[in-house]
Amino acid sequence: MNVNQHTPMASPYGQPQPGYSQPGYVPLDGGYPGPYAPYNGPASPYQPGAPPQGISGPARGPPTTGPLPVSAPHQYNQYSHSQGDMQNGPPPMTQAQPRPPVSQPYNPGAMNMSGPHPTYPQHYGPPPTMQQVSNQMSGMQITSGPPTPAGPGYAPPHSSQPPVSTAYSAPPPPSYTQAPPPVSSAPTQPPPPSGPAASQQYYGSPPPPSQQPFNSSLPPTSQQQFTSSSVPPPPSQQTLPPSSYSGPAPPPGQAPAPPVSQPQQSFPPSQPPPTSQPAFTPGPPPTAPGSFTPQAPPPSSQSGSFPPPGPPPTSAPSCQYPGPLPPQQQPPPSQPFPYHSGPPPPRAQMPPTSMAQSNHLPPGPQGPPGPPGPLQQPPSQPGMQTGYPPQQNGAFGQVRGPQPGYAGPYPGQPNYGAPAPAPAPAPPAQKRLDPDAIPSPQASDMPAVQKSRHRIDPDAIPSPIQVIEDDKAKSTEPFTTGVRGQAPPLVTTNFQVKDQGNASPRFVRCTAYNMPCTADMAKQSQVPLAAVVKPLAMLPPDETPPYLVDHGEGGPIRCNRCKAYMCPYMQFIEGGRRFQCGFCSCVTEVPPHYFQHLDHTGKRVDCYDRPELSLGSYEFLATVDYCKNNKLPQPPAFIFLIDVSYNAVKSGMVNIVCQELKTLLDYLPRENPEMDSAVRVGFVTYNKVLHFYNVKSSLAQPQMLVVSDVSDMFVPLLDGFLVNVNESRLVIESLLDQIPEMFADTRETETVFGPVIQAGLEALKAADCAGKLFVFHTSLPIAEAPGKLKNREDKKLIGTDKEKSLFQPQVGFYNTLAKECVAQGCCVDLFLFPNQYVDVATLGVVPVSTGGSVYKYTYFQAQLDQERFLNDLRRDVQKLVGFDAVMRVRTSTGIRATDFFGSFFMSNTTDVELAGLDCDKAITVEFKHDDKLSEETGALMQCAVLYTSCSGQRRLRIHNMAVNCCSQLADLYRNCETDTIINFFSKYAFRGVLNNPTKAVRDTLVNQCAQILACYRKNCASPSSAGQLILPECMKLLPVYLNCVLKSDVLLPGADVSLDDRAYLRQLISCMDVTETHVFFYPRLLPLMKLESGSLPVAVRDSEERLSKGGVYLLETGLHLFLWVGASVQQELLLNIFGTPSFGQIDSSMTSLPVLDNPFSQRLREIIDSFRAQRSRYMKLMVVKQEDRAELIFRHFLVEDKSASGGASYVDFLCHMHKEIRQLLS
Amino acid sequence: MTTYQEFIQQNEGRDGVRFSWNLWPSSRLEATRLVVPVSCLFTPLKERPDLPPVQYEPVLCSRANCKAVLNPLCQVDFRAKIWACNFCFQRNPFPPSYAGISEVNQPAELMPQFSTIEYIVQRGPPAPLIFLYVVDTCLEEEDLQALKESLQMSLSLLPPNALVGLITFGRMVQVHELSCEGIAKSYVFRGTKDLSSKQIQEMLGLTKPAASGQQGRPLAPQDAAASCRFLQPVQKVDMNLTDLLGELQRDPWPVPQGKRPLRSTGVALSVAVGLLEGTFPNTGARVMLFIGGPPTQGPGMVVGDELKTPIRSWHDIQKDNARHLKKATKYYEAMANRSAVNGHSIDIYACALDQTGLLEMKCLSNLTGGHIVMGDSFNTSLFKQTFQRVFSKDYNGDFRMAFGGVLEVKTSRELKVCGAIGPCVSLNSKGSCVSENEMGIGGTSQWKVCSINPSTTLGFYFEVVNQHNAPVPQGGRGAIQFVTQYQHSNTQRRIRVTTIARNWADAQSQIQHIESSFDQEAAAVLMARLGVFRAESEEGPDVLRWLDRQLIRLFMFHLRRSPFLQVFNNSPDESSYYRHHFVRQDLTQSLIMIQPILYSYSFYGPPEPVLLDSSSILPDRILLMDTFFQLVIYHGETIAQWRKAGYQDMAEHEVFKLLLQAPLDDAQEILQTRFPMPRYIDTEHGGSQARFLLSKVNPSQTHNNLYAWGQETGAPILTDDVSLQVFMDHLKKLAVSSSA
Repeated sequence: MNVNQHTPMASPYGQPQPGYSQPGYVPLDGGYPGPYAPYNGPASPYQPGAPPQGISGPARGPPTTGPLPVSAPHQYNQYSHSQGDMQNGPPPMTQAQPRPPVSQPYNPGAMNMSGPHPTYPQHYGPPPTMQQVSNQMSGMQITSGPPTPAGPGYAPPHSSQPPVSTAYSAPPPPSYTQAPPPVSSAPTQPPPPSGPAASQQYYGSPPPPSQQPFNSSLPPTSQQQFTSSSVPPPPSQQTLPPSSYSGPAPPPGQAPAPPVSQPQQSFPPSQPPPTSQPAFTPGPPPTAPGSFTPQAPPPSSQSGSFPPPGPPPTSAPSCQYPGPLPPQQQPPPSQPFPYHSGPPPPRAQMPPTSMAQSNHLPPGPQGPPGPPGPLQQPPSQPGMQTGYPPQQNGAFGQVRGPQPGYAGPYPGQPNYGAPAPAPAPAPPAQKRLDPDAIPSPQASDMPAVQKSRHRIDPDAIPSPIQVIEDDKAKSTEPFTTGVRGQAPPLVTTNFQVKDQGNASPRFVRCTAYNMPCTADMAKQSQVPLAAVVKPLAMLPPDETPPYLVDHGEGGPIRCNRCKAYMCPYMQFIEGGRRFQCGFCSCVTEVPPHYFQHLDHTGKRVDCYDRPELSLGSYEFLATVDYCKNNKLPQPPAFIFLIDVSYNAVKSGMVNIVCQELKTLLDYLPRENPEMDSAVRVGFVTYNKVLHFYNVKSSLAQPQMLVVSDVSDMFVPLLDGFLVNVNESRLVIESLLDQIPEMFADTRETETVFGPVIQAGLEALKAADCAGKLFVFHTSLPIAEAPGKLKNREDKKLIGTDKEKSLFQPQVGFYNTLAKECVAQGCCVDLFLFPNQYVDVATLGVVPVSTGGSVYKYTYFQAQLDQERFLNDLRRDVQKLVGFDAVMRVRTSTGIRATDFFGSFFMSNTTDVELAGLDCDKAITVEFKHDDKLSEETGALMQCAVLYTSCSGQRRLRIHNMAVNCCSQLADLYRNCETDTIINFFSKYAFRGVLNNPTKAVRDTLVNQCAQILACYRKNCASPSSAGQLILPECMKLLPVYLNCVLKSDVLLPGADVSLDDRAYLRQLISCMDVTETHVFFYPRLLPLMKLESGSLPVAVRDSEERLSKGGVYLLETGLHLFLWVGASVQQELLLNIFGTPSFGQIDSSMTSLPVLDNPFSQRLREIIDSFRAQRSRYMKLMVVKQEDRAELIFRHFLVEDKSASGGASYVDFLCHMHKEIRQLLS
Repeated sequence: MTTYQEFIQQNEGRDGVRFSWNLWPSSRLEATRLVVPVSCLFTPLKERPDLPPVQYEPVLCSRANCKAVLNPLCQVDFRAKIWACNFCFQRNPFPPSYAGISEVNQPAELMPQFSTIEYIVQRGPPAPLIFLYVVDTCLEEEDLQALKESLQMSLSLLPPNALVGLITFGRMVQVHELSCEGIAKSYVFRGTKDLSSKQIQEMLGLTKPAASGQQGRPLAPQDAAASCRFLQPVQKVDMNLTDLLGELQRDPWPVPQGKRPLRSTGVALSVAVGLLEGTFPNTGARVMLFIGGPPTQGPGMVVGDELKTPIRSWHDIQKDNARHLKKATKYYEAMANRSAVNGHSIDIYACALDQTGLLEMKCLSNLTGGHIVMGDSFNTSLFKQTFQRVFSKDYNGDFRMAFGGVLEVKTSRELKVCGAIGPCVSLNSKGSCVSENEMGIGGTSQWKVCSINPSTTLGFYFEVVNQHNAPVPQGGRGAIQFVTQYQHSNTQRRIRVTTIARNWADAQSQIQHIESSFDQEAAAVLMARLGVFRAESEEGPDVLRWLDRQLIRLFMFHLRRSPFLQVFNNSPDESSYYRHHFVRQDLTQSLIMIQPILYSYSFYGPPEPVLLDSSSILPDRILLMDTFFQLVIYHGETIAQWRKAGYQDMAEHEVFKLLLQAPLDDAQEILQTRFPMPRYIDTEHGGSQARFLLSKVNPSQTHNNLYAWGQETGAPILTDDVSLQVFMDHLKKLAVSSSA
């Protein structure tokens, strides 16, 4: 597949592709070095993959020092190394494998979706038969060997450290799983010889080795299947070790566990390796016990991994569960079986794979937490380990099934279940689970689901955490963009990108990397075709920012017809004298100065010397033709407009801003760190009137110019308003010192707003430059002036057809103003400090239309919020920003960009105008067919952004993106990215509330989602009973994420959510990229019971039942940061974190943790800092004590639970979705 | 018996009054036949060092519509302690404080020598003097620097408790706040927007007290505080303001090629007037406007900013081609009236080579009693000294200026007042002594004169209403009382009362007496004022025709040629300027304006006044001409050659040196006292500046008749104007034919 896609790219890519396979690699290294050398390390990326492992090994090494753990890791390392060492051939294999996983993982998903099912069964069938049994229960094969040891091993630790153990227990499993994988991998490798052919298909030629093993173990026919199934595992395994370490390491084990489980599942297939197992098992068992106790984190993971093996024995698990549910569990299994009856065994086998996908494991761990406890509880802690196995095994699922017997606990579910069950009493209408679909590989999940039919086991439904962890495990290698139609790793995964002709996913992410060829297909599937573009995204330090290309006086070379810019998709013909546009096929002469000969492959000889011919992202230097009024632009200006009314002064805002600006002005954006920033600054304060300041360097004192004529704003001075910071430093400092004093006694409470922006705009006009306004504002502008507003907050309108009016601006004034601002390149950033309703919906109009940002600090108190505000301000001032930008998206014939979402203004249907565009702003572009696409050429898009840099240079940033086209729906479903789809849906919906009743918007979303899934079920999934819910692998999280969107404050406000908050969020989300929307809608919840340096604990699902009373959790949404402290948390933890031994003494008003000199505290603060660094807005830390009043706020973010405002729980919603789908299907 | 000449001078010296007739025809019919109406020039605040003010309230007639002040003409019954009003014949008891009155113990106001008397009265708190500088910043650097220095200097001339304010303008208008420490604050107004007084006060934050007043808080302190931000006692902000003035920059907005700088004079004035209105209504204040060019934007715009469009000329105006004229005039008139209502006067100091829009703005000063000074540059002694002279002080050390004057005229029954001409506005006070027949600003018996100085002179015109068939008894006297209430520059409120009386005469029987009582000079000026007044509002030729129909005397020849009636060779601004001064100067100065004085210096004797005639221009003479606006020293051809040869530097020609020095000394003497400073011109035969002299003299010799006369004396004038001789001949012919 990939290979085909490659064709579009320069031939080199084609070569590289093969490179994917081992052979390919070599070439790549060789070939790239030359051309790419300049851009980035050549092939190294690939190799890195291998090195990392080695590194990881060493890293682990340390931990290994711990008694037991050491051994485990070693084994790992050894394996990996050994592999490398062992077989020259193999080593590559291992390397190759990692990749395959990347690409393959999708395949598997896809496989499951469509054809896979049949295949899966087969695969599983074969391998499982023997191993299955064990596998199902435990981590698959591995389990068999290690299980026993693990079991015991764990037991001891637990006993020794009860509390810890629980935590541990959870984590271990994951680690185990990981551990096993490696094992399996190792074994697999050996086998390779046998099945190379099959593997090659998937991976390309090289993979065979790895696959081979699988193949060998599995039926040859199943190769594909295998690969699919096996693929995921291998990557996970390999990758996991490192990632898993970090993940599992943390005590929370629970969370990590789930992911682990997946790997385990993957292992199962590999299990055949059992041979290897011995090695493992031996190692692990011993390690597990010893290691556990000593080194909680690392060992736990390792040990955990091992233990799982223990659990495998079905009996063992049962025992664990037993405590609470044992009886039930067992019975359930039996019952479920009945449902599955026919299939049971196969299912069992099937399940594993599915399990992996669905993250069954997590539930197990979750069980331990209080609530679920009854149902899952038992299994959880002790079972945790055991639990894992069960997950994999249908049996476990069954066990839970019985738990589902929850019936009681999930009363609601029954309802949903009702419908589902009705159709297929036996099959619980859960995901892929088909009672009948024995054959389906995914069946594994099924069993668990089945149980749920009455009450669904939350552990049996797709787990976001599982998916995230799986993806992390897969992505050990740099992601290269050379392959068309290749979906990048998830946004939650850390990975490096190598630009080989398509834009990095950091710049562009698509909902589908396989676009349907025809409009009919697209319509049928209802999958939105969209791209989320973040044109000025910041890249990590190890990636090269786009190169700047200067094509000389003539400006960038472009297609004559469609005006697309020179890019890798341009095909040079006639010896290089002309080129054919990849978008419109028009042939254009190559200007003499740009001429270059072609080599024998038809490629220009200088292809690799020119970024525009070999890279996906680069910049052109624009000529004067690209400038406003045909005049090169002036450097931009920053104008600070500070509210100095009573509230602003009293809250301390004025003082803080003035103090901060004194230092912040030294950090204005600049391109060359050596030089002073070219940005000029100006200052205005205002209440009912505006005060401009003359800070000309020649003045001894600043001068204040008051403009009271707010009805007809103008700039009272020209010279001395916008100044160079260095030249006027003394005057500016004097001014900033005096402003707080001057207004210290103010009694003015009224403010204006419209004239403030007008003032800034006029100033920029007068100076004839673009720029940014920083407005610090406190209150509803009720003073007599243009843009005056009245308080219209009316909660009675919520839920009515008039609700939409609350999101619309109150007056048309700001729309007009925004238009003027855009015309001048005047971007507005608004910092709000409201104590009451300020009508964000209206005040935000200008910022939103000009590419600016709105920051809101409700009830601002200097002490508590200063840090957040200042960090936001610093970042906002310093960040990379372009001005007076115009973005245009060009596409190949057949599709076109039809709709745009984000913070910008459009005066026509094609040009996105952004007065300002910073590195955090993303624009979502929707595409529609206007003709047919061809599978051969794929679909190309080129996003060109013309902007003025902060030094006043006019530039064009180009991002190119090519995706595949498909004529089979299955291909579409196999190459989707749910996170991006959610990003699109949320923006689509949040814009919809402007014009439609909120309920209608919600219904639309649900319908479209149901249609997407129904289409898949109808066209891609193997036939199965109607009662079975089958989700495409790539979209299995669509329901849970969509539910989060539906439950968001914007679409379903709680009683305590103000209109301002809703409007604020609505505007905020409209310019978020995928990373931000993901964490916003599905917050990251980290258990903190154990922390390891260098890795994060594996997250747990956002549900209250995953929280342990004895634990401490960190929840992050990108906007909020909570530290949740369980009521019965251990003293040691409290001492480590808060320096206080008692729960009652924790001061919940603290916004930063005390600096304590212990590793735990240091690490925790490191984590918090790193979270903050990742987000574009500073997150204030809120400490939430269990059962404290503030917990209500916190619970709001446990998005898998029912929300206080009436939002459905994940399980309920899934049932609902299932019902919808079934209705569509019938 | 003294001569009328002496009588007139005595009256002028004591009361500041010059009547056209000093015996009044006793009936309406007879008065009408006399052509020149009964009228007078009155100088309300004529300096009287010998007249100490009395410290009590005047005694008023108790009749509600009379309220005349007790004066020496009243009949007093000392025993009954009753006095009879000589205007309405009401009998009034003396107030209790006059209990001790007797024939030997009379109050000052009853003594004949106190026909003019000044009272100091206690009314309200003393109001400080207010000076609000409104400064144009669209000046050349050099001009601005000179102006800044003049302004800084002026601060030292102000009394310490006087309030000062500063408004600067260019493209924007800035009102500077003077009270703040540290950051210099100013309020800025857009120069193109017409704002109401209320808006201005709101924008300046002056209306705030009203809002807080609703909360029951006293207004006064805040009011004071609010206004204080812009108007501060000199002593307090002296340093601050000096620095502020020092930092004044030229208007920073770029002026593109081919454009005039944008000058928002209209808005600046509007803000100034609005500010004073809001803070110190009915308190003496001077708005001092300094401009270096015409208003080019916003309300009150006189000319657009395109340099290719020249500012309007008389030609344009006559062709009705001055687009902004009417609108601007209307705008400034409205402003002047507002200002006058509040007793604030507006001075205009316009220094530019081109016109500055005085034509449109003249009413600002004319209606409020302000000065207009016109010069070429702020960097000339003409401006500097004139400006300095604004702050000149009298023998008591008080400023020679008074504010917020209200002048009321009361007449005895046989007379009614028709109107006044001078720097005043009507207060629309109808009364029994107001004639329906308006001359000048009429229809009222009270006028407001916002700013008065000792030389301010108004012309009053009266009508004899006594019917022919109801003769005045023999020896009857008509009386007129002028009551002037004003704020003295030392902040006291004062009332000056001048009561004059003249005998009635029967025109038929006593025509010679009446004739001999005619005051030719006064009549000339009074008639000239009427002419100028008409010229302002009517077409030029009509006025001349009207004037010609009136009695004509010698001076009329010069009046006809003067810039007051002729606009030829003068820009509209200059005409406005000249007329402005003509209607406010006293008789002597007015005469100089009408008929310039020419002195001749020679070796043949002491300086002597000579005829204003071209024949007086001789080679061996030095001429000194004073036209009031110009002071020209003209060296005859020979003298000029001698001077060029340097004879004056030779010891043996000491006399020549003295001769050269003599006119300079005399000129200096005139310069010392004249306000505004005249343009001082030192020229010689053939010099370009000699035109000032040549344009004034009677062209008895022109290029047309020079050879015909064949005489060597005098200098020919190149003009088509008729000479006095021709004029007289023509007049005689007319007189004969008209009588025929």
